[in-house]
Amino acid sequence: MKKAVKRARIAISVLIAAFHFAPIYILIMVSLKRANDFSSRWLPPAYLDLSNYMEVLIDGSLLRAFGNTIIITLSASVLVLLLGGICAYPVARIRGRLSTIITNIVLAVMMIPSLSVIVPLYTQMLSLGAINTYWGIILVLTAYNLPMSVFLFSNFIRNIPEELDEAAALDGCRDTRIFFSVIMPQLQPVVASVLILTGVKIWNDYKYALYFLQDNHKETITLYISKFFSDFSVDMNQAAAAAFLAIIPVCAVFLFLQKYFITGLSEGSVK
Amino acid sequence: MRRRRSLYAMALPAVILIIAFVFIPLVSGIRISLTDWNGFSQSSSFVGLRNYINLFQDQRILNSIKNTFYVGIGDTILQCVFGLLYALILNHKFRGRSAIRAIIYLTVMVSSLIMGYIWYFIVQYDNGALNDILAFFGLDPVDWLGNGKRAVNFILCINSMQFVGQAMVIYLAGLQGIPREMYEAPMIDGATPVQTFFRITLPLLKPAIITNITLKLIGGLQMYDLVVALTGGGPGFSSHTISTMINYLYFDSQNAGYSASLGVVLFIMIMSATIIVNKVIRRNEE
Repeated sequence: MKKAVKRARIAISVLIAAFHFAPIYILIMVSLKRANDFSSRWLPPAYLDLSNYMEVLIDGSLLRAFGNTIIITLSASVLVLLLGGICAYPVARIRGRLSTIITNIVLAVMMIPSLSVIVPLYTQMLSLGAINTYWGIILVLTAYNLPMSVFLFSNFIRNIPEELDEAAALDGCRDTRIFFSVIMPQLQPVVASVLILTGVKIWNDYKYALYFLQDNHKETITLYISKFFSDFSVDMNQAAAAAFLAIIPVCAVFLFLQKYFITGLSEGSVK
Repeated sequence: MRRRRSLYAMALPAVILIIAFVFIPLVSGIRISLTDWNGFSQSSSFVGLRNYINLFQDQRILNSIKNTFYVGIGDTILQCVFGLLYALILNHKFRGRSAIRAIIYLTVMVSSLIMGYIWYFIVQYDNGALNDILAFFGLDPVDWLGNGKRAVNFILCINSMQFVGQAMVIYLAGLQGIPREMYEAPMIDGATPVQTFFRITLPLLKPAIITNITLKLIGGLQMYDLVVALTGGGPGFSSHTISTMINYLYFDSQNAGYSASLGVVLFIMIMSATIIVNKVIRRNEE
């Protein structure tokens, strides 16, 4: 009886996993087929032809888009971690009016939908000369992801005993020194959750890139893919190959760092 | 006191960035929403609340607001329920369990925009994977996104399917936080698994449930990328959400003032939805 229940559970789990993997499976099948192959997308092709992938890679704009996305994601994530961390420290340590105000601002900003301020933000970026620049989109992405970072970091820092800072202060350390040498080394688990929740969002950003990076040479991976699919003259099988290549890096990062993802996400969100 | 001041200085860089790129635009958005500015000309005139009055008489806008709430609430319910079911099944040990968890979580990593394009291959009329299944059973093909209502339902289901893994992981963390001893007494008393679930597991999962509801509600109400990729708001204006409508009014119909007023409305809606949810949950806690 118990064995039957266990078997049923495994069978159901496998079915659920298959269901969730189906879209990616279809994508892979389409990307491996030639344009004149109209066989069912559920079936693998009878031949091995990687020319769709070759065409996409030879063109070079995919690699350029990857480069741009990497530059933007790395810079914005570092800023989100660093500025979020140093902002969270006073927020967590001082119990005063100003601290409460900052906490409330942070929570409010987390709820602001990106599109609700796009008209004024675009106008502002235009007058700053920030359109089509890396720094422009990096600062915008940083500003909108900082709240999540401050929120998670300050929750975590509150649980670090204050005696540690006091001891360091008695030794004559300045606040910044205390943060970088006493607090920072203990933040490792929460760094993982901040990176998971904000880094993935920055990598996958489409809305801001659409408005602020109109120059082809600066386009990110999501913009590149959207251009591919909205151009109907394009070979859809090649578009599938491009889309699959586009999701490989994030999926690979996840599969390699899976353990950190699961523990990091739960550390940050449930406590 | 001196220590305090130097401590607060550490918050400055983040606070300045947020003021510059979030609060200043928010305030100038309110100003723009009171004008008839077209988005590029030097001149614009003050029109008072006309944009806001027009919003609530514009069928396209009203429909996009309806869709946004339908998707936001539906998404929250689907993911909270299925995420919990998945977590309960996958909380038991068996070989291959972590691989299955990883596969379910994998799609959370994919951009919603790309996920929308992937689904194009599934819902396409000719040769689409879904119509292939119908053909296998001898049924006629269906134009899945040809009907606005069905298109919105597809958007809702695809989004829930993509992100349910995140809810599952948060529930799993919550389940692991429940000490085993909690289950011993009811087991001796002969409580059925269903009774134990509702009396022990569910109440103890409350922090995880709150996190999930808040995350999913905020995410669902902001729905944008998936709509762009899947329907572009069509057929007609039937599957637009508030976010895609803001984009349409600004870029395609060059009505920046009108678009900004819809932005202000979206902001107020999400703010109040989150505050209400938090109030309700807090009240239940007391």
